[in-house]
Amino acid sequence: MLNEGVIVALSTASNRAALHVIRLSGQGCFEMVDKVFVGRKISDIKSNALVYGKICSQNEDIDEVVLSVFKAPHSFTKEDVVEISCHGSPLISQKIIDIMIELGAKPALAGEFTQRAYLNGRFDLAQAEAVADLINAESEQARKIALSQLKGGVSNQIEMIREKLLEFLSLLELELDFGEEDVEFANREQLLERIDSAESYIVKLINSFGSGNAIKKGIPLVIAGKPNAGKSTLLNCLLNEERAIVSDIAGTTRDTIEESFMFNDLLFRLIDTAGIRHDAESVIEQMGIERTLQKIEKAEIVLYMVDAQHIDDSTDEIKAIEKYHDKIIWVLNKSDLLSSEKKIPENDWVRISAKKGEIESLLNRLKELCNTKYLSNDITISNTRHLSALKESLISIQKAKESLKQGLSGEIVVFELKSALEHLGSITGKITNDEVLGSIFSKFCIGK
Amino acid sequence: MKFDKYDIIVVGAGHAGCEAAHAAAKLGSKVLLITMNMEVMAKMSCNPAMGGVAKGQIIREIDALGGMSGIITDKTMIQFRMLNRSKGAAMWSPRAQSDRMRFSEEWRLTLERNSNVDFFQDSVTEILTENNRVTGVKTQMGLTIYSQSVIVTSGTFLNGRIHIGRKNYGGGRMGEKASTGITASLEVLGFESGRMKTGTPPRLDGRTIDYSVLEEQKGDENPGKFSFSDETKPLTHQRSCFITYTNQTVHDILREGFVDSPMFAGDIHGLGPRYCPSIEDKINRFAERSRHQIFVEPEGWNTIEVYINGFSSSLPEEIQQRALKQIKGFENAKMFRPGYAIEYDYFPPTQLKMSLETKIIDNLYFAGQINGTTGYEEAACQGLIAGINAHNKNNENEPLILNRSDAYIGVLIDDLINKGTDEPYRMFTSRAEYRILLRQDNADIRLTPIGRKIGLADESRERRLEEKLKNVESLTKELDKQNLTPEEINPILIELGTPPVEQKIKASKILLRPQLSNENLKSIESLNRIIGQLPEDDVVQTEISLKYASYIEKEKETADKIKRLENVKLNPEFDYSKITSLSSESRQKLSKIKPETLGQASRISGVSPADISVLLVYFGR
Repeated sequence: MLNEGVIVALSTASNRAALHVIRLSGQGCFEMVDKVFVGRKISDIKSNALVYGKICSQNEDIDEVVLSVFKAPHSFTKEDVVEISCHGSPLISQKIIDIMIELGAKPALAGEFTQRAYLNGRFDLAQAEAVADLINAESEQARKIALSQLKGGVSNQIEMIREKLLEFLSLLELELDFGEEDVEFANREQLLERIDSAESYIVKLINSFGSGNAIKKGIPLVIAGKPNAGKSTLLNCLLNEERAIVSDIAGTTRDTIEESFMFNDLLFRLIDTAGIRHDAESVIEQMGIERTLQKIEKAEIVLYMVDAQHIDDSTDEIKAIEKYHDKIIWVLNKSDLLSSEKKIPENDWVRISAKKGEIESLLNRLKELCNTKYLSNDITISNTRHLSALKESLISIQKAKESLKQGLSGEIVVFELKSALEHLGSITGKITNDEVLGSIFSKFCIGK
Repeated sequence: MKFDKYDIIVVGAGHAGCEAAHAAAKLGSKVLLITMNMEVMAKMSCNPAMGGVAKGQIIREIDALGGMSGIITDKTMIQFRMLNRSKGAAMWSPRAQSDRMRFSEEWRLTLERNSNVDFFQDSVTEILTENNRVTGVKTQMGLTIYSQSVIVTSGTFLNGRIHIGRKNYGGGRMGEKASTGITASLEVLGFESGRMKTGTPPRLDGRTIDYSVLEEQKGDENPGKFSFSDETKPLTHQRSCFITYTNQTVHDILREGFVDSPMFAGDIHGLGPRYCPSIEDKINRFAERSRHQIFVEPEGWNTIEVYINGFSSSLPEEIQQRALKQIKGFENAKMFRPGYAIEYDYFPPTQLKMSLETKIIDNLYFAGQINGTTGYEEAACQGLIAGINAHNKNNENEPLILNRSDAYIGVLIDDLINKGTDEPYRMFTSRAEYRILLRQDNADIRLTPIGRKIGLADESRERRLEEKLKNVESLTKELDKQNLTPEEINPILIELGTPPVEQKIKASKILLRPQLSNENLKSIESLNRIIGQLPEDDVVQTEISLKYASYIEKEKETADKIKRLENVKLNPEFDYSKITSLSSESRQKLSKIKPETLGQASRISGVSPADISVLLVYFGR
């Protein structure tokens, strides 16, 4: 009745573990999974069953999985349910969830599986109270936890968006409800400016999903530099470093999913290491500045290495990548061999000697950068549901902007804006009419 | 003195009381209307105007249901303006300047024509009950009058207290006594009461105002009207209002009086409306403003009295007078009566059901300012609903409950009952989530079928509505058929500053451009022939339906979704305290409000979506 469509969520804890279980519920979830599942066709399966196979998307094997298939009404929610047991890596489970969302599943709201269960009559009234308690705890807590997980910077940002939209909404409502009053109404340019600023905050948050997600999935890290700079030595150094946990993500080939290591409580994913590891110099030899730039684009953090003795060879490249300085750590290798009169570009170099394993200064710098980038207050959204709420509200905000530009009347702009607020409401709490009126009365002299 | 037993007693003959008496009597109930003063029924205590933004829509809704406020406004108005014309059609709001004395007279004559209405001049002092059911009233004269139901519409009269400067005395309106006894008798029954405050500006002698230096504000060139019925006609001539401004000297004088302001001195405890501040409040809160707008509104066709809108004040009369004389055009002005503030009792409306019947006493209804609202329109629509529902209950019919997506009236009552109000509640369009559905132009489409069904709207309204719908349908088809050539339409488009077309285009499609209206299309002969022969209202209706189509559709979808929750009935007697999984705030609110549907529960402030999930479990799916 009130529930439609397929919902998806990770049903186990999201940290690294032996297994993760992703649950899908709702009519159509079998067909959805069939689209990416290599194995038996589960929509044809007669009874409840376990099925082994692979999840494969766009010709890429994601993981070997076991599906638990529950046919309605013999499931927790009394709907068709598939539980995908995959390897317990955040990287993999997130990827699978993303694929399902692309196929049309909606990220489940906190407590939504349980809610469906009782809406569909899974529980009798005697059980209801217990379940209700659970749901109450789940949804309210989940919202609060989700909010508190958004550390200072982001919750401030979301609050800021809310304030911007509230201000914007009040200005529109002012002219609609109080058009006869002797107050100064915002002109269209001023309104556009305001909505632009709200929009840019939302865009910023949406974009931050990359780094928020990076924390969950592993921060993409690139080692770049000219041949012979010592990249492969550094790579081995990082992977073999005692405090680093080296892992091949279970069951997947080395070439498709990269090497990763933990450091400073963060998971790093080394991009494009195959080349470095297997035939480092020959592959990289052929790379032009163009390739290096492409690599840097994809990365969150770049270790750009230079051989202290051959620093002149890199001058052009250094200039070219200068604009990415925010994410680059400039690494001067073989610094013990640097002759004192050698002039080096004025970047903030960390000096290491990869061969001797002296990379302490690099690790310190990496820690510093990560702390400011990921562990500071500016931490970012990493919750898929928040992301989709933000994206939906962005679409509505853009429609509101469009209607403003077309010169449509205020009530149409408000109409679009309110739908943006509905979506944001799931993260921030709704803006109520009382707040809008309150804001108007506090700022404008209304009333005859 | 002996009275028959009445079906319904209406206490108070203001805007709520008159609508209540009329509706119930028209439906067939025997009604007794008791008022403290027969000379001033339906008196406009504040400004002589009906309608305005959101309020105008309410009058149209009352009219569409078969209430009288629209017709009486039409018959007694001296000026008509459609506000918000420059905005989209959903925002258009009719407003009339009224002849205060004529308005009152017209209401009385209307009620006198109804043989089901009896009148009695007295002051009710007690509400009589038996086993939590109302049985009648007791009056100041010591009479006991019995009835099946009682509707209390007490306005500002319950323990009313008038303030001018440091002077204050009991009174329900300037020159009229307060009503005592009802509050106490209701409190004994278990009702909770509170205090509210409102105010009104001074009235001046129009002969002493220099209009030549004021800005004139005329009525619309082609005035409209409120009623959908053919009983009334638009005005052929109108009176103007005038605009002037306060200045720093005025503000300085008013500031001198601040020490004696009952508001600032704390003599007044009730909360006043933020959107209707006194002039001293405006100066105090918006000190940076060097002037405030003042409207000079005539009080009628013939009277010389004028209403000084924007100058509401409870400062000492001497200060008011001195300050007024510093306003441009008022240099020689003589005051008829000073402005004043009034405090009165209200009963937090969360004590009511959606039918406006009280929760603890059966067959007792409250409407108007007693529920914490302000405004003639807000009062009138509550009176109408209370009158209908009192009659319906006595006749064992379902109450009329309008949804938020049906009418502003639905929004108003839903807000009152589920959120309550601390300050006098006035309607704003921003309070409605389905603003694009709730327009003044389609109030008849929304509500006349309902009014007809309950028996209040007469057959002629239904016929007119059918004709309107037919015209809209045929014109829509016609506009869909008509292909306009670039030669025909481009001159119009270019003149309106919107890009010309290169190929033929349907009339219905070009109308979607915000710059274009049916007026523009009339210059094309083939279209003029079709449009010209239809009533203007129907043409406008067609145009609005076309222009707003996608938004109307979306709002309807949302409204339908929410209606599903509306269909889950709750047991009002349910003991919420035993559901420990509800938050304590939510348990408290639910126990107090006793929602009748899940939809209603979801709108109570403090009840979260999680709580609604819990309730879904308990009350079936």
